[in-house]
Amino acid sequence: MPDIPTDPAIQLRGVYKRFRTPTGSAYTALRNLNISVQPGEFCAVVGPTGCGKSTTLALIAGLEPASAGEVLLMGQPVKGIDARIGYMFQTDAIFPWKNVLQNVAAGPLFRGMSKTEAIERAGDWISRVGLSGFEYYYPHQLSGGMRKRVALAQTLITGPQILLMDEPFSALDVQTRALMEDELLALWASTSASVVFVTHDLEEAIALADRVCVLTAGPATVKGIYTIDLPRPRQVAEIRFAPRFVQLYQEIWGALRDEVMVSYERDKKRTIS
Amino acid sequence: MNAIKNAPSVDSTDLADDEPVWIASTAARRYRIIVTSLRVLLLIVIIGGWELGARIGWIDAFFFGQPTAIVQQIWTWITQGTAQGPLWQQIAVTLEEAVIGFLIGVVLGVVFGVALGRSRLLADILSPYIKVANSIPRIVLGSIFAISLGLGIGSKIALAVVLVFFIVFFNAFQGVREVDRNLIANARILGANSRQLATEIIIPSALSWIIASLHTSFSFALVGAVVGEYLGALKGLGLLISTAQNTFNANGVFAAMVILAAISLTAEAIITALENRLIRWRPNTITDVSI
Repeated sequence: MPDIPTDPAIQLRGVYKRFRTPTGSAYTALRNLNISVQPGEFCAVVGPTGCGKSTTLALIAGLEPASAGEVLLMGQPVKGIDARIGYMFQTDAIFPWKNVLQNVAAGPLFRGMSKTEAIERAGDWISRVGLSGFEYYYPHQLSGGMRKRVALAQTLITGPQILLMDEPFSALDVQTRALMEDELLALWASTSASVVFVTHDLEEAIALADRVCVLTAGPATVKGIYTIDLPRPRQVAEIRFAPRFVQLYQEIWGALRDEVMVSYERDKKRTIS
Repeated sequence: MNAIKNAPSVDSTDLADDEPVWIASTAARRYRIIVTSLRVLLLIVIIGGWELGARIGWIDAFFFGQPTAIVQQIWTWITQGTAQGPLWQQIAVTLEEAVIGFLIGVVLGVVFGVALGRSRLLADILSPYIKVANSIPRIVLGSIFAISLGLGIGSKIALAVVLVFFIVFFNAFQGVREVDRNLIANARILGANSRQLATEIIIPSALSWIIASLHTSFSFALVGAVVGEYLGALKGLGLLISTAQNTFNANGVFAAMVILAAISLTAEAIITALENRLIRWRPNTITDVSI
């Protein structure tokens, strides 16, 4: 990789993460993990289910400390939760007792913005994610896709420089998912944020990212990093038919398949015993 | 404006689409009528059977009372007052004890529940004591309060507080423990400090648990007040019951019971209204099965 004078937006150097299981033994989730993400880069992380992808995000977000190694944001070590970070969760994490407007305005209000200004900015973001007219709806009155839009607006309104996404669209049906992916790419293009997008879906990873990082079955370490040289702007639903897409898919799937098999065999043994 | 004026005519052409809805609504109405009439019938059978049994002599009205005599007793209390003063005064005293005890118990229960739910250290230190305190039959404390706080309303309030506290406390504690970890993580990343986390995430999330406990705890506050009065008082519905018992007046005991039930149901209706106001955000799928 060519030397870049500025610090990478995110850098993990030799990171280990161990957990204590309820039975008291230690479980290693991450082993000597090395990843760096440049400013403005969209990096997808794929790996078999349960390999430690979410743990990686938790370390970058400062929700969990690393057991060993270094986690750096813009060259500075992570100490607790950082205001420059936005995080989108796999499950619904918008607040069910707040309506759409209150949910989107939550971040600015928590950070001390005046109420009128926060409401105004929230209204702006609500229209940007296409939810105008739903300001006073509660989450349970919205569809799964609409709740994801609320979560997207809630995350992006704080203007994060680093956007962490943990399989955010995995609960959606295929059509809604493609729409949301296009939406995400359009919104991201108007920012300069670096993205780490965790998924188990290789198609999604290639369609969205500049680089795809394949992790091994747990304990996770980097198996390979692939540059996605597909042109932007992309249409997620159509790019899957591009010859280059298929070529990249075959190449990366070759690496991912082995890890998926390892993880699958391990799960099978665990359920039998 | 035009669109609004035109709306009815558009609807009338779609009449065929409304038909299944219409059938469903008549079916629902018919079901409701059946339920209501069977309810009334059941009431007539029970009360009528009781009255008839007492008149024929199958049921000894001296020991088990008689519906008409109970109504008569309540009427006498209303018009001529009870042996210890006017009826409204007895109700007011019992209600005052129950409401004050209820409010103090709820506030203490919520404060302790949230504090222990948030602090693992505090919970670990105090949990064995709370378990022991909870396993004591707390009604017995009524005797202690009667001795130490006297025959006034203080001893009844204390008993109501003790009964209410534990119900609310355990619910608030559980509610705080059950808060979705993702919601907390999300709020922290969005920039919430610990005070904002408590007021905007943890308490709203635990609120449905806390309010659920209020339904049962008001009846317990009433039990505390009545038992407290029963153990020794100068006024109140509990004293009314105890006096009726001592004079072998079964109708008097039942009459006081009817009044207590009416108070309890009214309180329940107020709490349900409060619940609907405070937890508007919750999908209302469970209202159908409430009894």
